[in-house]
Amino acid sequence: MSQKIPIIKIKEDLIVSFLSDIDDIAALKLQSGLLQRIHEGKITGVLIDLTVLDMVDSFLGRLISNIARSSAIMDVKTVVVGIQPAVAITLVELGLKLEGTSLALNVEDGIALLNELKKSKYDFEI
Amino acid sequence: MRRQKILQNIQIENNMDLVKARQSIRTIALDLNYGIVDQTKLITAVSELTRNVLLYAGKGEIIIELIETSTKKGLRITVTDKGPGIPDVDLAITEGFSTSKGLGKGLSGTKKLMDDFSIQTEVGKGTEVVIIKWTDSDKL
Ligand SMILES: Nc1ncnc2c1ncn2[C@@H]1O[C@H](COP(=O)(O)OP(=O)(O)OP(=O)(O)O)[C@@H](O)[C@H]1O
Ligand SMILES: [Mg+2]
Repeated sequence: MSQKIPIIKIKEDLIVSFLSDIDDIAALKLQSGLLQRIHEGKITGVLIDLTVLDMVDSFLGRLISNIARSSAIMDVKTVVVGIQPAVAITLVELGLKLEGTSLALNVEDGIALLNELKKSKYDFEI
Repeated sequence: MRRQKILQNIQIENNMDLVKARQSIRTIALDLNYGIVDQTKLITAVSELTRNVLLYAGKGEIIIELIETSTKKGLRITVTDKGPGIPDVDLAITEGFSTSKGLGKGLSGTKKLMDDFSIQTEVGKGTEVVIIKWTDSDKL
């Protein structure tokens, strides 16, 4: 059985907090669930919280940047928060970039960053 | 090698076995007092190799061993499968090479994260990847 990760909506943002570990099927369901919610409309930001994750491998890294890049096409900004230092170091050594995402330290800073990004309509990066 | 001891043997058959494999190495690395960065590197490496087994061979096995020399202590992790094998290993460990639209960072990345990395493979027979990570605390 695979886990289910809740997607919380606050105003026009979708907030996802990863569980301490997530299986691939649950991760793929999360990706399609998020994109579906965005497609349904009225979403301008996605915040992905990785605080409790102690590992981001190439699959998860690719999944997160896929979410960000697909969101960008629908003019939705993506911010990733809570990356643990050890995870950041490992990501750099793996040569994994979370392309299409912007980073912030915690959820509060992440929401603030999302609001900033939404003001700059034209600098979208895919 | 002065001493070696099998700590765990994990069968890989499905999606949830990947989560189990990560959980096993997480617990073992913590028990052995690896630093937090090395714990993360070990979990990431096991995750990459296990997913490769699921993706390319369908099923396989992980053996986690404690190894000890006169000067150091570490973990040796052997990931084996009886899948299709890898026709060109040098190409496969080149960063960016993928036959599955992946990032091609699994093998090249694992090699960078570990202290030792080796592959034995034969087309039609299977693949064995062996990785070693030493603990850096000499008090052990
Ligand atoms: N156990 C295996 N059996 C057969 N082929 C393998 C195995 N492991 C890796 N390979 C081959 O080596 C290639 C490179 O593997 P690697 O893990 O580096 O990248 P990937 O799996 O394609 O993508 P990523 O891991 O970045 O998502 C794979 O595309 C595959 O062709
Ligand atoms: Mg791989």
